Amino acid sequence: MTKEEIKTTIKETIYEIAPELEGEEIPEDDNIQRSLEIDSYDFLNLLTELNDKLGVEVPESDYAKVDTVANMADYFAEHMQ
Amino acid sequence: MSIFKMPSLGADMESGRLMEWKVKEGDRVKKDQVIAEVETSKGVIEIEVFEDGVVDKILVKPGTETPVGAPLALIRTEKENSEDLLKELEALQGTALKEETPASETPEEASAPEEKMEEEAERRIRVTPVARKRARELGVDLEKLASTIKRKIGLRDVEAAAAKAAQPAKPDGMRQAIAKAMSRSNAEIPHYYLSTSINMTPALSWLEAENSKRSIKERILPAALVIRAVVKALQAVPELNGFWKDDALQVSDAIHPGIAIALRKGGLITPALIDAQEKNLDETMAAFRDLITRTRSGKLRGSEMTKQTIVITNLGDLGVERVYGVIYPPQVALVGLGRIVDAPWVEGDALAIRKVMQATLAGDHRATDGRTGALFLDKLNQLLQKPEELL
Repeated sequence: MTKEEIKTTIKETIYEIAPELEGEEIPEDDNIQRSLEIDSYDFLNLLTELNDKLGVEVPESDYAKVDTVANMADYFAEHMQ
Repeated sequence: MSIFKMPSLGADMESGRLMEWKVKEGDRVKKDQVIAEVETSKGVIEIEVFEDGVVDKILVKPGTETPVGAPLALIRTEKENSEDLLKELEALQGTALKEETPASETPEEASAPEEKMEEEAERRIRVTPVARKRARELGVDLEKLASTIKRKIGLRDVEAAAAKAAQPAKPDGMRQAIAKAMSRSNAEIPHYYLSTSINMTPALSWLEAENSKRSIKERILPAALVIRAVVKALQAVPELNGFWKDDALQVSDAIHPGIAIALRKGGLITPALIDAQEKNLDETMAAFRDLITRTRSGKLRGSEMTKQTIVITNLGDLGVERVYGVIYPPQVALVGLGRIVDAPWVEGDALAIRKVMQATLAGDHRATDGRTGALFLDKLNQLLQKPEELL
């Protein structure tokens, strides 16, 4: 999976978790929770869904490394190998 | 026989629309069975019946707007006294009708169909759901905006339009209902407020270690740990958990904390986490998760809208440090939890940086004194210093 494909998967999953964002552009370099009003419950759901889809489990200690869509894609790309 | 009435699903509800009957005449029903769905300004709520019996007669057709307290159906139970029941029914129908007639002349009621038409017009406009929500909050006229923007309207368009116009927001039904309930609360309840700083580092470190042993699906959110701590603190200081009724405090043995949950379409509701006192940490997390999911998908139960014995509001996700809440009558307290921030903290004779949360208590001064509130906050603090005991 390329990094672009991972980004697309992340964005699709965000739309599933927060359906009210449908049609909105998701910024890649802004903090996901703050820019999209995603609370800690939604964020955990997002990581749970991505774990199912991509097979990478993000430990809480790495949350700082997955704060934006771009960083999250980097993190998943690195850990999927 | 008993009369199944339109329940009050919150202090701010005046009427509801009966959407669907889950039973028909002649059906046997059991206590706590969901028998109808009612639409309120807070979404569709499933309504339970409060006793065993048989559905004798359905009095209201689906789609009917019905005032709180108006009869919806007759439920036949073991102990029958049909004459009394008919008398009660007559009286109730009398009041319901009386309430309805003048109400239809009030401007609120008169504007209802107009609002509906507006809503329908809004629906035809191509706009993202989050932009629609924001437009409602900011009072942006989407129809007007759609006449200038030909593509799908997004969040940025709405915000730009609002900044340009800076017009006052037009309140929606839910906003008005909340306004009414909160004005009443502030007028009736002499609030007192207390606040304390809690060092959350021990609790968060413990939780991180605990979560690292678990799969992602079994992780516990800090909010669930704090809810659990609040519930345990309430067991130690029960005077804050209950109601002010007939000029007296009625303490509730069961703890049903209303948890403030933001809705996707805007607004906030506080459904009850039922019998939280019987739940360990894992069960509290599971119930919390279930409650958020159902709140956001519009699948709450009537009992969850009415049984709250206290409210816990956690505006921490929004970044505020202190929450001074307004108590929902007839409850007597509200716990506000702020954002956890890195802050200077004295330990022994050294200064350290710790994760710190402000816990605030709003109390009804008729029911309790500041001393009770102080005991509660102190207990909450102690519990969060020994998180392993919250499992």
